[in-house]
Amino acid sequence: MSVTEAPAAPTKEGGAAPVETPLRRFISEYSESKLAVGAAVFLLILVLLAAFAPLIAPQNPYDLAQVDVLDSRLPPGEVGFSGMAYWLGSDGAGRDLLSAMLYGLRISLSVGFLSGLIAMAIGAAVGLTAAYIGGRVESLIMRIVDLQLSFPAILVALMLIAVLGKGVDKIIIALVTVQWAYYARTVRGSALVESQKEYVEAARCLGLSHARIVFRHILPNCLPPLIVVATVQAAHAIALEATLSFLGVGLPQTEPSLGLLISNGFEYVLSGKYWISTFPGIALLVTIVTINLVGDQLRDVLNPRLAR
Amino acid sequence: MTEAGLAAQEAGIGVENAEPALAVEKLKTHFFTKAGVVKAVDGVSFSVKRGEVLGLVGESGSGKSITGLSIIGLIDPPGRIVSGAIRFKGQDLSKLAEEKIRQLRGDRIAMIFQDPMMALNPVLRIDTQITEAVRAHHDVDRGTALDMAREALSGVGIPAPERRLKAYPHELSGGMRQRVAIAIAFINKPDLIIADEPTTALDVTIQAQILHVAQELCRNTGTALIWITHDLAVVSAIADRIAVMYAGRIVEQGTAAEVIGSPLHPYTRGLIGSVPSHNARGKRLYQISGMTPSLLHLPPGCAFRNRCDFAGPLCSEAPPVTEPASGRRLRCFYPMKSEAVS
Repeated sequence: MSVTEAPAAPTKEGGAAPVETPLRRFISEYSESKLAVGAAVFLLILVLLAAFAPLIAPQNPYDLAQVDVLDSRLPPGEVGFSGMAYWLGSDGAGRDLLSAMLYGLRISLSVGFLSGLIAMAIGAAVGLTAAYIGGRVESLIMRIVDLQLSFPAILVALMLIAVLGKGVDKIIIALVTVQWAYYARTVRGSALVESQKEYVEAARCLGLSHARIVFRHILPNCLPPLIVVATVQAAHAIALEATLSFLGVGLPQTEPSLGLLISNGFEYVLSGKYWISTFPGIALLVTIVTINLVGDQLRDVLNPRLAR
Repeated sequence: MTEAGLAAQEAGIGVENAEPALAVEKLKTHFFTKAGVVKAVDGVSFSVKRGEVLGLVGESGSGKSITGLSIIGLIDPPGRIVSGAIRFKGQDLSKLAEEKIRQLRGDRIAMIFQDPMMALNPVLRIDTQITEAVRAHHDVDRGTALDMAREALSGVGIPAPERRLKAYPHELSGGMRQRVAIAIAFINKPDLIIADEPTTALDVTIQAQILHVAQELCRNTGTALIWITHDLAVVSAIADRIAVMYAGRIVEQGTAAEVIGSPLHPYTRGLIGSVPSHNARGKRLYQISGMTPSLLHLPPGCAFRNRCDFAGPLCSEAPPVTEPASGRRLRCFYPMKSEAVS
């Protein structure tokens, strides 16, 4: 019965190596692809451009006092009557296209990310609830998800906009309605796997509350697939918003997103004034491709099935 | 140190006659599956005293883990406790409301799992996982909880606890992780700990250390411990008393010395005979013939009789529980004539 101090001695010492947090490991794995790092940096630049558009843009395209109708439809590089250089030309209302695009990017990105965030919050909560409760509640929730996903996104969004009317808030509601189901399905799938794991049972054995087990223990383990879906869906949301705006049912003329700018310039394309549609189009394309590149690499890094 | 050990031992003897920490009476936990009723636990009775270690031994599927989960109230549908009582601190756990039993879990009754790789959440740091165990049951601030965590980690022999607290589970070795799991189980000074094969996933030298730590903590805190295992070597090292389970029933129980030294049930003897030992080098190892019976189609009578070398005509009836000596229980018509008994 005498106490020996044996257990203390032969245990492994980690040494003075820096603590490898999951975040640090994630960053080092993400950085393996130069293209992905480039995309991430470029995305950051886009976000900064959008965020500081009022400071960067040569003109406030919404301020009628700054916009001169005489300067409309100027080709790129032209200097207008007001003495201002239009580096990317001007549109039909005499707005500087570069400024309009910066403001448009601001709206497109914020609509995309905001709707993505709200849809993710709703979808994750619904998916977690379904997986954790199980049984009939789960069946009911997942059939609703199936039903939602069986309709084409553009159709549902068009119908909602027709009912709700125009406006940034309405567009966000429409996009959230279209997208929450993707998140719910993804989260439910991984939450089902996670809730079978022993650490969840161990947490139950600690007498933790259900809310704590779901949000503190299961949710963080479901984040990797959720992040991947979120990036892909954010790109989808931006594209969908552009589509709706192009069709003229999205945002009002006073708040032009990239999609609306493309739509505005569309009538001039055939008369040779290509720039009004083309430059916003390129900006939209680059934005979506950049987000998708980041999303691709995230998927490679976070996918547990791809052994690394 | 020796004095402290002796004092703890005396304290253990002192409470010998006191009310047991846990008394399980005729517990039946059945699973109502589509294929039929699986009687995973079918009339199990045992008790554990304060500071005592009970070894619950059996093969896979003998119902030992389900017994543990029944006590802690974590039997998920289609399974449920059909009858029997689990007496703990003057309450019957089998009839307690879910919310009441949740408050006991982790506070008065704790559990240690088999695989320390799986039982800790991979994305939460050790400090979070220990402090939440404290704060789920006690109204203490984070600083106090962290102090308790630090103390608990040094209590299970983890060097440099301050650094381990900031670590993630994957940064620790298997033995370390199991120590952390034990620290979490003991942190609220529970009255009962159920350890479900906690050393099975560890290598032998680490096993011995973990056994030592668990035994020490029990002696010092008066916590009753149920050690579920299939490993007789482990159980003989740690347990004060042993209960051997077969097909949902306890076939034999008694003190560790009695059960290991002079087994009465043919199944217990078979189990002991099938442990390799260096005294019997070169001899053929004993093997219990046949397989564990499916709990769906248990033969009537003694569940072991088809594999038993000593089965007789009476075995087609279910053997009653007999008490050949004080504190010794047996379910067999033809007990082994072992040296100690004859």
